Amino acid sequence: MPDPRTSGTGRTGRALAGRAFAHRLFWPLAALGALLVVNVIATPTFFNVRIQDGHLFGSLVDIVRNGAPVLLVAIGMTLVIATRGIDLSVGAVAAIAGAVACVYIVKSPASGAAGTAIVAITTALAVCVALGLWNGFLVSVIGIQPIIATLVLMVAGRGIAMLVTGGQITTVNNDTFAALASGYLLTLPVAALIALGVFAATQVVVRRTALGMLIESVGINPEASRLAGVRSRTIIWTVYVFAALCAGTAGLIIAANTHSVNANSLGLWIELDAILAVVIGGTSLAGGRFSLAGSLVGAMLIATLTRTIPNIGIPAEANYLFKALVVVMVCLLQSPKARAVLQRRGERPAGPPSPSSREEAVA
Amino acid sequence: MSITAPTGVLAGVGRFTPPRRYLPVLGTFALFIGMFGVGGIRYEGFADPQVFLTLLLDNAFLIVLAVGMTFVILTGGIDLSVGSNVALSTLIAARTLELGWPVVTVIGVVLLAGTLLGTAMGLLIHYFDIQPFIATLAGMFLARGLCYLISVDSIPIKNETFSAIAFGSITLPGGYYLGWTAVFALVIVGIAAYVLASTRFGRTVYALGGSEPSALLMGLPVAVTKVGVYAISGFCAALGGLLFALYTLSGYSLHAVGMELDAIAAVVIGGTLLTGGRGFVVGSLLGVLVLGTIQTFISFDGTLSSWWTRITIGVLVLVFVVLQRVLTRRS
Amino acid sequence: MSQAEVTPPRPVVEMRDVSITFGTVRALDQVSLRLLPGEVHALMGENGAGKSTLIKALTGVYTIDSGQVDVDGVETQFATPAAAQHAGISTVYQEVNLVPNLTVAENMLLGREPRRLGRILRREMNRRAADSLQALGIDVDPTSELGSHPIAVQQLVAIARAVDTDARVLILDEPTSSLDADEVARLFEVMRRLREEDTAIVFVSHFLDQVFEIADRMTILRNGRVVGERMVAETTQLELVQLMIGRDLQALERIDHAAQEVAEAEETGEAAAQRLPVLSAVGLGRKGSLEATDLTLYAGEVVGIAGLLGSGRTELARLLFGADAADTGDLSIEGSSRRRLRSPRHAIDRNLAFCSEDRKAEGVFEELSVADNMLLGLQASRGWLRPIPPATRATLVAEFMTALDIRPADPSLPMRSLSGGNQQKVLLARWLITEPDVLLLDEPTRGIDIGAKTQIQQLVVDLAEKGMSVVFISAELEEVLRLSHRLVVLKDRRKIAERPNVDISVNDVLEIITGEPGGLAEKERVDA
Repeated sequence: MPDPRTSGTGRTGRALAGRAFAHRLFWPLAALGALLVVNVIATPTFFNVRIQDGHLFGSLVDIVRNGAPVLLVAIGMTLVIATRGIDLSVGAVAAIAGAVACVYIVKSPASGAAGTAIVAITTALAVCVALGLWNGFLVSVIGIQPIIATLVLMVAGRGIAMLVTGGQITTVNNDTFAALASGYLLTLPVAALIALGVFAATQVVVRRTALGMLIESVGINPEASRLAGVRSRTIIWTVYVFAALCAGTAGLIIAANTHSVNANSLGLWIELDAILAVVIGGTSLAGGRFSLAGSLVGAMLIATLTRTIPNIGIPAEANYLFKALVVVMVCLLQSPKARAVLQRRGERPAGPPSPSSREEAVA
Repeated sequence: MSITAPTGVLAGVGRFTPPRRYLPVLGTFALFIGMFGVGGIRYEGFADPQVFLTLLLDNAFLIVLAVGMTFVILTGGIDLSVGSNVALSTLIAARTLELGWPVVTVIGVVLLAGTLLGTAMGLLIHYFDIQPFIATLAGMFLARGLCYLISVDSIPIKNETFSAIAFGSITLPGGYYLGWTAVFALVIVGIAAYVLASTRFGRTVYALGGSEPSALLMGLPVAVTKVGVYAISGFCAALGGLLFALYTLSGYSLHAVGMELDAIAAVVIGGTLLTGGRGFVVGSLLGVLVLGTIQTFISFDGTLSSWWTRITIGVLVLVFVVLQRVLTRRS
Repeated sequence: MSQAEVTPPRPVVEMRDVSITFGTVRALDQVSLRLLPGEVHALMGENGAGKSTLIKALTGVYTIDSGQVDVDGVETQFATPAAAQHAGISTVYQEVNLVPNLTVAENMLLGREPRRLGRILRREMNRRAADSLQALGIDVDPTSELGSHPIAVQQLVAIARAVDTDARVLILDEPTSSLDADEVARLFEVMRRLREEDTAIVFVSHFLDQVFEIADRMTILRNGRVVGERMVAETTQLELVQLMIGRDLQALERIDHAAQEVAEAEETGEAAAQRLPVLSAVGLGRKGSLEATDLTLYAGEVVGIAGLLGSGRTELARLLFGADAADTGDLSIEGSSRRRLRSPRHAIDRNLAFCSEDRKAEGVFEELSVADNMLLGLQASRGWLRPIPPATRATLVAEFMTALDIRPADPSLPMRSLSGGNQQKVLLARWLITEPDVLLLDEPTRGIDIGAKTQIQQLVVDLAEKGMSVVFISAELEEVLRLSHRLVVLKDRRKIAERPNVDISVNDVLEIITGEPGGLAEKERVDA
C-alpha cells in the first residue's frame, strides 16, 4: 500500500487524519476524490459555490448538509465501536427524539415560539440520555453482548416512537425548530454546523481528556485494562449515552428538515450507514484504535455517493448497489487475510501468535 | 472410585440437564399457549382452530426465513440480508413470469439466485474473515439495489399456477382448511429439524456455535459448514420470497423492508442463543407464531394500537435475552 | 519397565532438527524427538521452553521452517489438525477442546458418528460412547450435556475421544492440571492399558511426581532446544529440574555465594524488627488454584516466591491483587478496612501494583503509544475527566524513560515496536508512576535480554531500599535467591516452606521442592 505521505493526496491526508492514521485513510480519501472527479466530469459546475441571500449554495454544501445526520450518528458509533461494542438502536433513538420534540411542540400552546422549540429539543435529548443509559446498563452491568443488547431497543424503539406520536405523522410549524435543518448561520447551513461542531467538540474532548485513551485501552485489551484498574463500566456507559445523544440530535435534524416526524421511517437504516461510515473510516469493528476523522470521511463518502448517482444519470435507487460494492471493497482492503492473498505473501505473521490470533493460526 | 464423589452431585445436575436444554423452547410454547388462551377468553372466536391455521398461512414466509436464520444464528453468525433477499425473489419471480417463463424455471431461478447470494456472503465471511454483520449488510444493500434495477414499480403476478397455489388449501376434518403455503413452511421446518438433529452437518452447526476453535481442532469440516449455513439461509430467504410473492401476488422492491429483524426476533424469542450453539428450529416456529399471535390480538381487540406489536416484541426479546444470560451464567 | 530394550522398535514418530521461528523469536531450535510404541514419553520444560510449540508442529497446527517429521519412517507434514488425527495422532489440549453445548456422546464421536443413509444413529452412538467410557472407568451419562460437568470430567471425556479414534500416538498436554489425585490414578490406569496396546503416549505435565510415576522416557526442553533425552528410571528429580532450569551443580554453587552476600547483609535480625507489615494474608485461597495460604509483607523487603510452573506462584500473586477473587481467607492491608479484594481497582486504590507474567495478554496495549502505556495506570486511577496535565505527562514519561533506560527513547512509538525487555520496563514504569506500597512482580524478567534483566533486578533492589514491599516471582531460582530477603516455596498449589534467605543455595531450594535427600527439613514453616 502506498504511503500517502509520499503520494499525491498526502497533504490532505495528513491534515485530516493526523500522523498515525494517515495510511488508513488513503483508500477512503482516494475513493472520495474519485467520486468528486466523476461528478465534475458529469457536471463541470459541480464545485461551483455561490452566495445567494447571504447563504452558501452549491452541490458541495448540499453534500455536507445532507450528510450531517449520518455524520452525527457515526461520531457516536465510532466511540461505541472502539470499545468493542456496537449500537443498533440509533435509528430508533433518532425516531424517538424526533417524535418527542415534534409532539411537544404540537401540544404546546405556543407551538411557534422559539422557547417552545428549545424546551422541546432539550426534552428530546434528555430522553436520549435515558435511552443511552438503558443500553449502557444492559451492556456493562448485565453483561449482554452489545449487538444483542441494542437489538432490544432497535426492535421496540419505533413502537415507542409511534406510541409518542399516536401513530400519526406529526407536522410542526416552528421556525426555530425548522432552522435546525434549513437554517443558515454565517452563510453556512445550521445542520452542517451542528454536525461539524459536534465532531470538533468530540475530537477535542476525546483527545484532550483521557477519554480517548481509556476507550481505546478497553477496546484493545479488556483484560489488561481491568488489571491496570480502568473503570470499564463507566467508560462503556459513557459511550452509549453519547451515542444516543448523537443519534437524538440527528433525529431532530431529520425531523426539522421535513417539518414532521414519521415514526416508521425517520432514521430508518441510519445505523447501517453510520456503521458503514465508521468501517470505511478505518476503525475496526473489533475495537481499539479509532479515528473520528476517518468516520467523517466515511460519512462524507456516503453522502457524496448518494449525490453522485443521480448526478451521473443512474437512477437514484441504484445507490444500494454501489453501497454494497463500497462495503465489500473497503472490507476486503482492510482484511488481513485478503491482503495476504492479494499480495501473495505466504510469510508467517511476525511475532509469536497471540491468544486471539492463535485461532487464526489454527485455520 | 474417586469419581463417585462428584458423580453424586453430577447425577443431580444430570437429571436437570435435558429440561434445561429445552427450557427456553418450553417457555416459548407456554407463552404461545398462554396468549392463545387469554385471547380465547377475552375475544369471541379467537380460540377457533381456524384462527391458528390462518396464523400459519399469514406467516408462512416468515417461518421459512426464521428457519434459515436459525441455522446461521446457531453458528454464532447473523444474516441481515434476508429481507432484501425476499424482495429480490418476489421481483425475479414477478418479472420472469411477466416474460412468460415456465413456472418451474422461475422457481428454480429464484431459488438459485438466493442460494448464490447466501453462498457468496458465506465465502466472504469464512475466507476473508469479514464479520457476518458487515458481509450480510453488503448482501442486504446488494439485493435491494438489484431490486431497483429490475423494477422500481410493483409488478403484479397474474400467473394461474401461482394463483392456484396461493389460494389452494387442504381441507381438514371439521371444515377447517390449511393453505398450501403453510404446508410448505411446515415441511421446511420438519426437514430443517431433521437435518439439525440427525445429520453430521447439523451437529457440526451446533459444534461451530459451541466453539469454533474446538471444532477446528476436532477436525470437523468448518469451512463447508460455515459457508453452508449462509447458503441455506439464502435458499430459505428465496423460498420465503416465493411464498411472499404467493401471499401478495406481486413483486416489489419495497417488499419485506425490515423483515430480517422480525426473523431475528422470532429466532431469539424461540429460545435460540444469539451467541450460537443452542436452540431449535421448532422454537423459531413457535417464535413466529408468538409474533403472529400478537398481531392477531391487536386485530381482534380493535382498541389496541399497532405499535404495541413492536414494543411487545422488543420486551419479549429482552426477557429472553436476559433469561438466557442468567441461564448461561449459572452454567 | 522399558520394553524398548528387549526389541528396539521403530519409532512411530521421529522429528529431526525441527525449527520454527515466530518473527524474530526462535520458538524451536533444531529439536529432535522420537516416540516409540508402547512407551510413555514425558515432555519436560519450564514456561516458554517450547513444549506446546513442538506439539503443535507435530499435529499440523504450525508449519515447520526446517527439519523433518517422519511418521512410520515416511516423511510427513500435516496440513491441518484433522490430517494428523486421520494419521492416528490424537491430541488432548490443556484447555478442553470440546464443545460444551453438545452431549458427552456427541463430543466423543463428533465427525465419525455411526450413520445409516446419512442419519445419525443416536442410540448406537450413545451405546458406543457408554462402552468407551466404561472401558476407561469414567462414570458419566453419555446423553448429558458436556458443559454441565466439571472441567475434570470434561478433560476425561476429551481423553476418551482421543483414545476412541484408535490413536497410535496420543498426546496429552497437561491433562492432569485440573484432576484430583484419584482422577489422576484413573487416567494413569488408562494410560498403562494403552501402553500395553503399543500406543505411543506423549505426556506433558509440570507435576514431577506424576511424571516419575508414569513416564518411561523423557525429553527435556529449554529455550526451544533439547537439553536431554533420558530414561526416567535412570534419572533423579533433582537432575531433571537442573536440566529444566539450566544450571549444572557446580554453577549453582557459584551463584550461591552471590545470593548469600545479599542475604547476609540484609538479614540481621534488627532490620527485620524495624520493618512494618504493609499487607498480611491469612488463609487466602481459591478452589482449584491455591490452597489456604498465609503471607505477610513488610515495607522495604523483597519476598521471593520459588516454585515450579503450576505450583501456585502466579495464583498467589493474582489473589493478593484481587485479579482473581479469593474463596477463603482475609487480607488486611495497612490503612484499609477491606478484608478481601474483589477487583484490581480496589487493590490499586490501596496502593498495590501487579505486573502479570503474561505481558502480551494482560499488560501491553500494542497499538497505544509507549507514553500512553506508561501513564495508563495513573490515568485509570484519576478517571477520564481528570487528564494528566501535558507538562506532568511529559515530565513523568521523560523521567521514567531515562530512569529505566527504555529504548528507543521515543515515547510516541506504538508499544508493539518495542522489544520484550523494553515493554516490560514500560509496564514497570506504569506501576511505579502510581507510587505503590506493594509491588507484585510475576516473572518480570522472562523472555527478555540479559541487559534489561540486570537493570530490572537492580531496580527491584533499589525500590526495596526506598521502602517498597516487593514480591518477586521467577522461574529462575538463582534470580529469586539473589534478590529476596525472605523466601517462600510453593509446590502443588500450597506453601511448603518460608524462611529468611540466609545460607540457602539453589540446591537447597530444589531439594525442598523435590523432597529428595539432602534437603533441609521439608515443610518447615517460619511464620511471620
